[in-house]
Amino acid sequence: MLPALLLSSLVLGAEPLTWGADAQGGAPYVFQDPTDPTRLTGFETELATLLGARLGRQARPVHGPWDKLLELLTRGDFELAINGIEVADEKLRVVALSRPYFAAAEVLTLRRGAPGPRTLAEFPGRKIGTLPGSMAERIAQRAGADVRTYEGGQDEIYDDLKLGRLDGVLLDAPVAHYYADLEPGFESVPGDFGSVQYAIALRPADVALRAQVDAALEALQRDGTLRALYERWGVWSPETARLFGDAEPGAREAPLEFERWRAAVGQLPSFWERLTTRYPPMLPLFLRGAALTLAVSLCAMGLAVALGIALALGRRFGARPVRWLCVAYIEFFRGTPLLIQLTMVYFGLPELGVKLDPFVAGVVALGLNYAAAEAENYRAGLESVPLGQVEAAKVLGLSTWQALRFVVGPQALRISIPPMTNDFIALLKDSSLVSVVTLTELTKTYTNLANSTRDHLGLGLLVAVFYLLLGLPFARLARAAERHFGRHLRKEAA
Amino acid sequence: MTLVVKDLVRHHPGNATPTLAGLSFDLPAGTLTALLGRSGAGKSTMLRCVMGLEPFETGTIDIDGVVVRGTYESSPAERQKAISAARARLGLVFQSFELFPHLTALQNCALAPVQVKGESALVAQKRARELLCQLGLEHRLDAFPEQLSGGQKQRVAIARALAMEPRVLLYDEPTSALDPSMKHEVLQTLKRVDATGVTQVVVTHDLQLARGVEHVCILDHGVVIESGPPTQVLQRPAHESTRALLAAWLQHDAP
Repeated sequence: MLPALLLSSLVLGAEPLTWGADAQGGAPYVFQDPTDPTRLTGFETELATLLGARLGRQARPVHGPWDKLLELLTRGDFELAINGIEVADEKLRVVALSRPYFAAAEVLTLRRGAPGPRTLAEFPGRKIGTLPGSMAERIAQRAGADVRTYEGGQDEIYDDLKLGRLDGVLLDAPVAHYYADLEPGFESVPGDFGSVQYAIALRPADVALRAQVDAALEALQRDGTLRALYERWGVWSPETARLFGDAEPGAREAPLEFERWRAAVGQLPSFWERLTTRYPPMLPLFLRGAALTLAVSLCAMGLAVALGIALALGRRFGARPVRWLCVAYIEFFRGTPLLIQLTMVYFGLPELGVKLDPFVAGVVALGLNYAAAEAENYRAGLESVPLGQVEAAKVLGLSTWQALRFVVGPQALRISIPPMTNDFIALLKDSSLVSVVTLTELTKTYTNLANSTRDHLGLGLLVAVFYLLLGLPFARLARAAERHFGRHLRKEAA
Repeated sequence: MTLVVKDLVRHHPGNATPTLAGLSFDLPAGTLTALLGRSGAGKSTMLRCVMGLEPFETGTIDIDGVVVRGTYESSPAERQKAISAARARLGLVFQSFELFPHLTALQNCALAPVQVKGESALVAQKRARELLCQLGLEHRLDAFPEQLSGGQKQRVAIARALAMEPRVLLYDEPTSALDPSMKHEVLQTLKRVDATGVTQVVVTHDLQLARGVEHVCILDHGVVIESGPPTQVLQRPAHESTRALLAAWLQHDAP
């Protein structure tokens, strides 16, 4: 018995326990430590580590957008989703849920002294901000509020409340505690606005893993580990106490982690101080994000150029059905949103048995989309070359292919370079969409850090500099290429 | 005979009267011939048919034994094969020259010999240089077309065609894109090429140019109405219609 147990734990230990979360969701769940941004922290990060230890496997986080976590889970990008996943019946249709590990009240936050809605009965017609797909959203909607949801993160929701764009914000107690309570101009409304329970989402087929997770959660709850964890993070609540059957709702431990976070982000240091002390340790993260952005963009552009040339030639020289196909392709990929194409490639193709790696999926979706734009650039280039040039080539005996390669192509290319450069810079920026498929590129690096440090402006400038540094060399290169291909147009020096 | 055109008929879609109405002529090898006609007489259409740039319905074009037949009388595959073979024996100097703007004078002349005939770049460039030098362009070898004068461009275009060693070299309106003062120079160039033994056909509406060649065919309404040496055809035309044509012509655009 014992050797068998040992063996199984060794075998399992070889395989890390992957769990999905969105660091953009911010404190106190899963977020980058503002004092050491290379480190992932949060009470759910610690929970994942505890679970891993119980299961004899190393917990390894995978990043994905919060509203896509369940899709990524079913697709197989990770085994567990641990990120404030709320217990709700309709989720059971797509995933399985563990026993709840946390419960919290919904908290309504208003501008201090503002005549906001103070009960659910006063919600109808009022602008209430919250997170998309959350229990809070459903509660506000049912009460008849004018609900505004934010993809970006809780920081932005409270910013809009401060700016008067919202009448109130309804969110889970931990969020309110970490973000709203920092702002002296806010007040939390006492009263019952409903509550939520969090559970870990798993694939329905992973029955054994679910049993292991449930057993581990129960053990962690029973020996007081979870309670101590929540208290340290300052999120221990009467709702969780009730969930755990704990008679003692008051906290015993000081909320150390909460204090630490508050000290780090409560008051932003001066820009100069951030520039000299805060940003340098973040540079490796930005560099990694920039490298990914560049790699995705270059690969996607390579695909777009190759496919674009084929499409432009097919449209110009192909037989009629080929021409139609090319036009249909161009119109489809030019006329539908890139986000939908990427979602279809990543989440839709597995239905047909094609499961692409996130990087490949990002490159394929961006490449297919930009191929349509490139095809039109090359068509414009081809059409700019007068027919007489082709006739001159044919009369000299050149084949159609040779005429294209030596006569039309080089002349068309010169015309196509400026719009191509433009497209590449646009692609560099559009590549931020690959964050939907778990890739933390430059923009996602920024949004994660901005939410965990509450520093949107300073980091925004920093990330802008990175994008400019990525794009400018290509703009220079393109100008040099234009000069090269246009050298015959310069009046003489010889 | 190097080029024999027989009974060429070509209708342009939408036109009731044919552009070429049974056009026939033949050219003795090594001559310099002018095909003279007013605009709309069918000169350019004839040229494009000979070069395989435009189809014709019936008739034959015989270039040194290679026969191209009309669309009514041959299959597309046959025609394509014949046109390719014909083009290998023909050269054309376009009215607007159509030099490749991204290539230098030398590269313009060496491209086709390398790509089509498979000559080595060295051999092709050596001959291209010789041809350009013969035409007085020794100091413009590395110039791009944009940097050349009209007359120089024309000579590069001629050298480019000659580099493929054609049996027949055709010119589309060689004086029309140039300054009138260049006519003499054009004629000089034609004579210089004539000395090499290449058969040359100049399609033109320029009477002055026609006076300087060896043989003239008058084209009107898609047929050749008279041909012979210029002294005979242009000064003592046998046909009444030629006479009327020349009179109207002289009134219109006499130099």
